[in-house]
Amino acid sequence: MIRFLYLGLWRDRSRSLFPLLTVVFGVMLTVVMFTWIKGFEVGFLATSARLGSGHVSVMSRAYADERDQLPNDAALAGAAGIMERLRRDFPLFSWTPRIHFAGLLDVPDEKGETRAQGPAGGLAVDLFSPGSPEPAILDLEPALVRGALPRRAGEILLADEFAANLGIAPGASVTLIAGTMHGGMATANFTVAGTFRFGAPAMDRGMMIVDLADARTVLDMDDAAGEITGFFRAGFYDREQAETEAQRFNDLFAASQDPFAPRMETLIAMSGMSQMLGWMDAMLGIIVVVFLAAMFIVLWNTGLMGNIRRYGEIGVRLAMGETKGRVYRAMIAEAAVVGLAGSLIGTALGLALALYVQEHGLDFSAMMRNASMLMSTKLHTHVTGTAYFIGFVPGLAATVLGAATAGRAIYKRQTSRLLKELET
Amino acid sequence: MADEKLIRTENLVKIFPMGSSKVTALNRVTLSFQAGEFAGLVGPSGSGKTTFLNIVGTLDAPSSGSAFVLGRTVEGLSHREAAWLRNRSIGFIFQTFNLLPVYTAYENVEFPLLLLKTPAAQRRKMVMDALDWVGLADRARSRPAQLSGGESQRVAIARAMVKKPPLLLADEPTANLDAENSHHILQTMEKLNRQLATSFLFATHDEKVIGYLRRKITLVDGRVAGDENCRARGAEGTEPC
Repeated sequence: MIRFLYLGLWRDRSRSLFPLLTVVFGVMLTVVMFTWIKGFEVGFLATSARLGSGHVSVMSRAYADERDQLPNDAALAGAAGIMERLRRDFPLFSWTPRIHFAGLLDVPDEKGETRAQGPAGGLAVDLFSPGSPEPAILDLEPALVRGALPRRAGEILLADEFAANLGIAPGASVTLIAGTMHGGMATANFTVAGTFRFGAPAMDRGMMIVDLADARTVLDMDDAAGEITGFFRAGFYDREQAETEAQRFNDLFAASQDPFAPRMETLIAMSGMSQMLGWMDAMLGIIVVVFLAAMFIVLWNTGLMGNIRRYGEIGVRLAMGETKGRVYRAMIAEAAVVGLAGSLIGTALGLALALYVQEHGLDFSAMMRNASMLMSTKLHTHVTGTAYFIGFVPGLAATVLGAATAGRAIYKRQTSRLLKELET
Repeated sequence: MADEKLIRTENLVKIFPMGSSKVTALNRVTLSFQAGEFAGLVGPSGSGKTTFLNIVGTLDAPSSGSAFVLGRTVEGLSHREAAWLRNRSIGFIFQTFNLLPVYTAYENVEFPLLLLKTPAAQRRKMVMDALDWVGLADRARSRPAQLSGGESQRVAIARAMVKKPPLLLADEPTANLDAENSHHILQTMEKLNRQLATSFLFATHDEKVIGYLRRKITLVDGRVAGDENCRARGAEGTEPC
């Protein structure tokens, strides 16, 4: 009987090919959409961690409460001591201090008068200390567009687009005008060593990268840091582990009433990412449900059309003594074979496409010029274990459910009408 | 209830609702058939021929009265029991052949044996024997679309006969065939009736079929209007039908 079922499917393409193509397409699309959103999520987290505040970040409570305003007057004092403690008690992470600041960048002419000026966002990281993880974390070398990496104090990197807007090239002198940690005005001259492009519009529009020691001097933040950022040594963000470690750290200071006591925040707890990731998870759920529903409706319809087309065949089989239940089960078995094959092929094609895009990425820079999020303009898919069954299970289920629903018509056939029906 | 007759009906009545009214398709029909008969129900359209075949073929149940077929009471059969009886003991031949189009002649004939779970080796022999009976062993690999009308009906006969059922029901089996093919088909059935002792019961108003019958039951408005034994073709004695 299995051979009979197989032969029917093989020879009658309208009972196999169209449903198969529907399942293949639906499953493939589900896999690609899933890996695409996962890729967006992972890329967003990775870029945010790399160029922003790490996988976890330790800052003062006061700083954390006003973090969006870069309140360096609430920066962590005694950063070296906290760093030492973090390295000892939280070895899962690689720790490095950062200062985020904002200011005005002034470009003087040969007479020292302002030639160009623009608001700048600043990121101060440890560029020169031996063993500093920052050059590797920021991956500065490939991001360099013009000039060279800073080699000594007083040299900075400028976003290439920003430098172009200011009309300056590597070697130019610029003056930073900013506020110190204590509320005073700070000015300092820097030399632009090179320009960079991270492919993250929020960074590439108006950012400067300064060595931490320079920033501390200029902003009067000796042994202080806006944040001490931690990066998982494993290289990728582990949401549960990050939350566990943050809770463990914060419990150490739970009894303190000091608004400047340190607090550890996780990547997704910062900047409303939790809400965004929740939205992405919801979108994934919706996508799977929508594809399942669409495939179910199409396959149900295909099943109904198949029943009409095979009306005579079903009638003959019932007349010959095959029970309705057996005919019904045979229809479902056919659907299961088609669903299994379609889901396997669809998953394989979807994964192949997803793996290709995971490796090579797709450049969306033209569409993301005004994006304010810290994320790369080259978007990649991200293939996880879930991708192997996210389309497979709904594909198989929709096919079987579609056939099961359509096949109920078999039970409505009246055997008393078979001879009349089979006359035509 | 067991019965020595192959088929026996007593006061068989079948009423169909037709909107607010009712149509009596069979009206107190009492008939019996012995094993090995080659009989036909004749009469105009609407006389109840197909309804009678439906009931003795366990495809329908009577409104009242009784039908005993192969020792079973039709009105007491469940859907599954009726299917089982058809599967094992009753063959059907339809006016429009109704071969399964995606399967070869061999596979069409094999299908009833698959339902009976006949072992493969035995199945192969039975299928080839059946195709041989109807003279189509060499067309075993042909699909229905590659067969003529006469050949298709012969495959349908092979499919109905392959399990050697004691009873074969044929509803207008020659309606879609020309005269030559009709005679060929009827000769084949007649031969199988003699060789395998299978009882044939036809519903027909085709004179060519009637000419082959050894018993003719005339139905008019759901009642038995005549029941006569006829002379077999080429035999001495009674009148031909």
